[in-house]
Amino acid sequence: MAFTPQFVGRNVFDLDDYSSEEIMYILEAAKGMKEINLREYKKIPTLRGKTVCTLFVEDSTRTRMSFELAANRLSADVVSFQASISSLQKGESLQDTVYTLDAMGIDLYCIRHSSPGSPQLVHKYSGKPVINGGDGRHAHPTQALLDIFSIWEKLGDLNGLKITIVGDILNSRVVRSNLIGMKKLGMQVTVCGPRTLMPGNMEEIYGCRVEYNLREALREADVVMGLRMQLERMTEGLFPSLEEYSKHYVLSKDTIKYAKKDALIMHPGPMNRGVEILPEIADSNQSLIVEQVANGVAVRMALMFLILGGKV
Amino acid sequence: MTTLIKNGTAYINGKFEARDILVKNDKIHKVAKHIADKADAVIDAAGMHVFPGFTDIHVHLRDPGQTYKEDIVSGTRAAAHGGFTSLCTMPNTDPVVDNIATVDYIQRRAKDLGYARVYVVGAMTKKSEGLEISEMATMQSGGIVAVSDDGKCVQNSKLMLNCMRYATNFGLPLIVHAEDYNLSGKGQIHAGKIASQLGLTGIPGLAEEVIISRDIMLAANTKSRLHIAHISTARSIAIVREAKQEGIQVTCEVTPHHLLLTEDACRGFDTNTKMKPPLRTEKDRLACLEALREGVIDCVATDHAPHADFEKVREFDHAPFGIIGLETAFPALYHHLVKPGFLRLERLAEALTSAPAKILGLPHSELKPGDPADLTVIDLSGSTTFDAENILSKSKNTPWLNQTLSSRVIYTILEGRITWQAEA
Repeated sequence: MAFTPQFVGRNVFDLDDYSSEEIMYILEAAKGMKEINLREYKKIPTLRGKTVCTLFVEDSTRTRMSFELAANRLSADVVSFQASISSLQKGESLQDTVYTLDAMGIDLYCIRHSSPGSPQLVHKYSGKPVINGGDGRHAHPTQALLDIFSIWEKLGDLNGLKITIVGDILNSRVVRSNLIGMKKLGMQVTVCGPRTLMPGNMEEIYGCRVEYNLREALREADVVMGLRMQLERMTEGLFPSLEEYSKHYVLSKDTIKYAKKDALIMHPGPMNRGVEILPEIADSNQSLIVEQVANGVAVRMALMFLILGGKV
Repeated sequence: MTTLIKNGTAYINGKFEARDILVKNDKIHKVAKHIADKADAVIDAAGMHVFPGFTDIHVHLRDPGQTYKEDIVSGTRAAAHGGFTSLCTMPNTDPVVDNIATVDYIQRRAKDLGYARVYVVGAMTKKSEGLEISEMATMQSGGIVAVSDDGKCVQNSKLMLNCMRYATNFGLPLIVHAEDYNLSGKGQIHAGKIASQLGLTGIPGLAEEVIISRDIMLAANTKSRLHIAHISTARSIAIVREAKQEGIQVTCEVTPHHLLLTEDACRGFDTNTKMKPPLRTEKDRLACLEALREGVIDCVATDHAPHADFEKVREFDHAPFGIIGLETAFPALYHHLVKPGFLRLERLAEALTSAPAKILGLPHSELKPGDPADLTVIDLSGSTTFDAENILSKSKNTPWLNQTLSSRVIYTILEGRITWQAEA
């Protein structure tokens, strides 16, 4: 039976709501969008008359710009709500904020919030489709899609590919969404980091491999992804010093040689050079890190296009 | 004034038997197979079960100070709707019940306006701050039945030791909400599979078990009467079982939600699954059920914790902990445990009547002549739907919202006075 994608009006809370066929369809659509981004005049009229709201309760300039650029390039109107300079700062509830925004005629929300599950709330309050731009430590599906897109574009068939993700797994929404998406597409995922930064039950939940030793974790990897290590984890008593962390978990020429030759190097950014990754790796020919950012716009364009039912 | 409850099946001496019950004023006057006496009012309880009024030793009435969540009238009406005739209020109101004036306020208001008998639990430490011992003895002269810092937990072991010594001096039992703050931290739900998946910070079972172990050791040392509130893990139960075998005076309660739900209920970010202690694993739930059956867990208590919609319907990690429980307790437990055969009705009846009363030494009815006429008449073949309209609590924060559960409380009678009557 032929696959007929149904995307109009859907939410993107996380990738578990999407089948592997649907994820591949999004990637194909993103490929088309990427082509638009390489043109001299980077704009198509497909979402003219639609209004996209970026509702950023947690600050993130990069992700917000990516969403806004994506909407602009599809000719949607974009309104930007930033908590740090808004009514939420004055104690307004998320519910009242969404009611207010909704009264202005929003067609699609892109939300970033420190609380897991808040995209679901925005949908509940507004009845409009919501794209999750990162909710606490829970999920970051557009980041996962752009990561998967980046690998797919370089290596083609994803089935059987081995990826190792290294760092603060406990606090990473990127890892959780990637685990769901990558497993659906047949990839073998290994997560690696110190035990104090590793959530429980990972094998059982995601069917991934958990490895505490970096060299073991990197063996045979086709792709290696580093994660940002945040300084405040130290004050939470989760590890003693950046130096000691780096000694055991940094991605360097020395450690990366345990992975496959020419393994792709990824990082969701922003990077702490010298802590989780050395410049010799981040800026190498194997690195996809800058490409990931470009692909982020394309993937977000594809989602907006599909959800708002844009016309080709 | 006399009321005759005819043709019902009554819970007497641990068994259900066909009995008529004649109530005269506020007391039970006669209990027999057939009572032919004339009465001012007759309740036909044919096909129904008659219980002594239920007792809940763990309730938050939110009065004084947070009466937008609940007050003494709405809270006791909810109790009557759930078949309860007696309840104990926890002291974490605003102000905290750490003084005789507040004890007196609650008791007078409950006596004047309440639909249930209200016993007051006083704070164990001043403002429940865990720094200095409260005026327990003064509050006792005002009528408190126990001390507790429920919702909070004394972290300083030396202070806890002294609280026990002091309370025991006056024969007051201590009720403990067991939570090591460093271990629970900013946790939202049980530190298990679902927390890992949802990216929510976890509260490990250890946070409870460490304090239960400590307080059992302190209680053994001070020979105090320790009651552990809302026990929730298999390991906690193992610790209590061992202490009981050693003859240490320790009792514990379990909530309906810890008997019926697990961490899996948190999947959809429903804040009505957020409470302390958190919903645990299936293994823990089954351990709670087994311990209730064998008596290691002494009784059921609801931890009725009302919160308004605007507080509860919001981001998961910003919502307060707690759910209401008075109205759903019996129907939920009957529906999910008794009806499918996991728990005997006799044991549930005991766990809601004589068992909790015994823990705190509260007077209660055993449906014997001379006992207070506190009765609950339930139609087990009926059903109750809990929607925002018919929940009598001011707050509607329950995971059973909009669900229909087997059984229906038809009458609740407090000292001969009808406090709840179902619509025909």
